[in-house]
Amino acid sequence: MSAAHQEFATKWGLVIDIDKCTGCGACMVACQTENNIAPEKDASNKLRTLTWMNVYELKNGKEFPQAEVAFLPRPCMQCGNPSCVPVCPVVATDKNEDGGIVSQIYPRCIGCRYCMAACPYHSRYFGWFDPVWPEGMEKTITPFTSTRPRGVVEKCHFCHHRWNQAKDAARIAGTDPNNLPDGAYTPACVEVCPTGAMAFGDLKNPKHKVYELSRSKYAFRLLERLNTDPQVYYMTKRDWVRRQGDNYLPNEKA
Amino acid sequence: MSFIEAEKNWYPEGVTRCGLGKFLGWLTILAAVLAFGVVAALFIFIFGIGVTGMDNYFGFGLWITFDLAVIALGAGAFFTGLLRYIIRIDELKDIINLAVIIGFICYSGAMLILTMDIGQPVRAWFGYWHPNVHSMLTEVIFCITCYLTVLIIEVVPLVFEQKQLNKIPLLHHIAHNFHVVMPLFAGLGAFLSTFHQGSLGGMYGVLFARPYAFREGFFIWPWTFFLFVLSAIASGPCMTVLVCALMEKMTGRQLTTYRVKSLMTKIGGTMLLIYGVFKYLDTWAWITDILPRAGLTFDQMFYGLIYGKWLMFLELVVCIVIPVIFLLVPALRRRPAFMYWACILNCLGIIINRYVFTVQTIAFPVMPFDSWMTYAPNWAEWATTCMILAYGGIVMSLAYRYLPLFPQEVRLNK
Ligand code: SF4
Ligand code: SF4
Repeated sequence: MSAAHQEFATKWGLVIDIDKCTGCGACMVACQTENNIAPEKDASNKLRTLTWMNVYELKNGKEFPQAEVAFLPRPCMQCGNPSCVPVCPVVATDKNEDGGIVSQIYPRCIGCRYCMAACPYHSRYFGWFDPVWPEGMEKTITPFTSTRPRGVVEKCHFCHHRWNQAKDAARIAGTDPNNLPDGAYTPACVEVCPTGAMAFGDLKNPKHKVYELSRSKYAFRLLERLNTDPQVYYMTKRDWVRRQGDNYLPNEKA
Repeated sequence: MSFIEAEKNWYPEGVTRCGLGKFLGWLTILAAVLAFGVVAALFIFIFGIGVTGMDNYFGFGLWITFDLAVIALGAGAFFTGLLRYIIRIDELKDIINLAVIIGFICYSGAMLILTMDIGQPVRAWFGYWHPNVHSMLTEVIFCITCYLTVLIIEVVPLVFEQKQLNKIPLLHHIAHNFHVVMPLFAGLGAFLSTFHQGSLGGMYGVLFARPYAFREGFFIWPWTFFLFVLSAIASGPCMTVLVCALMEKMTGRQLTTYRVKSLMTKIGGTMLLIYGVFKYLDTWAWITDILPRAGLTFDQMFYGLIYGKWLMFLELVVCIVIPVIFLLVPALRRRPAFMYWACILNCLGIIINRYVFTVQTIAFPVMPFDSWMTYAPNWAEWATTCMILAYGGIVMSLAYRYLPLFPQEVRLNK
């Protein structure tokens, strides 16, 4: 609720290797099915679609044959210092749980969209119309995550329900649900990525792959200068890609 | 007695008004605009806000800009109330009624827009039930709803002073007693207004991840908090004068003396000068500190025509420097053309300010690989916005026709 920085014992994080991403969009599709996002009748206006996971295209701005592209999948960063949380007038979004996932409480949200104005990553989406599943397609709705009415804001939550499922599985197996092994909890996007560009785990747990990856010299986070302290890391060996991870004055080095 | 004759008995004492037919004709035009807006509002309530031109990049658009602008322009009500009842500038009694009505129209209009703008209007009360005390918007919700109540309390005696209503003893006594406690409400109104005008500015200043809007500040309040208060009290009095002048033009009657108007605009001009000084300092700090810290340059903040630098020039130079000169040099202020143009520029500057803070803030692509997007309000937003303007016109027309708004009117039109 407060604007202050939040820290927890577990810190779920995503490390995305941009150099491995082909921009296939499987993560976007997986996210939409996993999270009960209704198919849109007309999705041609990309500023109106519900794409909690959205792949952006980056260009180096050069002409052929030097032209290069890169793809950057953008979920919610689950910021350590989220700009969206302190602004919500009704505490419909909060960062108050171990793991550090920024929650979104749909039945509480009044739909003022102030949080959307606050988030510089465009990670938040609004239900402009009632969600409608064409006949037969309602069978694809899963019971794991709630559907949203129109008029509220929604966003990526690292497939929070999968974390609950992983904890339940650990309890049944008699292991510690608060100390899950690497890979026990994986969001849908990470699971589906065909090139293995995404890794997920506890950024504070040395036994998890993301621990090392996030500390690599090739790792960086989007817009770090704004002090949002994201829990999503990106990796690249290409300087021009790295430079697009934040804003730099002409005389500054990335 | 025919109905037309009877209607005349409802006019304020000793004044004349246009014929009933003409008046009804005028109301019909306004009602048509209003009705079109109601249709748009129904569309919005039935199908969702998707019928507007807003999208996920522009969650705030015309509506929020309009709300912020009218709330600033409606600030004449609390500020004139403060000066009249607390600081006791007695001359302002000749225009305070008008300021109060304008304030009431602006605030109630803004509330109506908000009921459409929030995605879940039936949850609006959550602002009280689950308040986030850290959010500037919570403060806005609190203060605006409370202040609208204060405005209603201020309007009630005006309505009950209507010639026929005042004959009813109960209403007469209510009006009288409300008048007695008016300084209390003026004080309360000033307190609430200062806070929500400020919080509206604070709403943008706290957006630390939006470099266009982010500002440092004092304690919990970003500088925009204070700037929004100052700009509101600079434009509010001028807006009141403009409405008064417009009414005089339309009715062909003099409603207040030039002296009173001149005093109001002088107050507005003085506030604009103070605002201007701080706004320039703030802009300087933004360019030399906030932006470079975020790795951004001044030039990057602007794009194309609708987000162009010309807007900033218009807002900061044309709409501050010129009106300050026109309003504070007595020889210029004495000339109606200078005074009115200064008022128009003053109000225009504040509207541009609210627009850029609302729309340009979110239009600027913070992620370097993202691009500027443009937003244009569509028919549904325009229709509902015009609906509020028509609503204001209707309330104002009725108030002018039947309520004793202008104490000087009888004397000035002898
Ligand atoms: S990425 Fe945006 S929505 Fe997600 S926590 Fe950060 S500010 Fe909030
Ligand atoms: S849209 Fe919902 S979550 Fe976002 S600030 Fe408003 S009430 Fe809070």
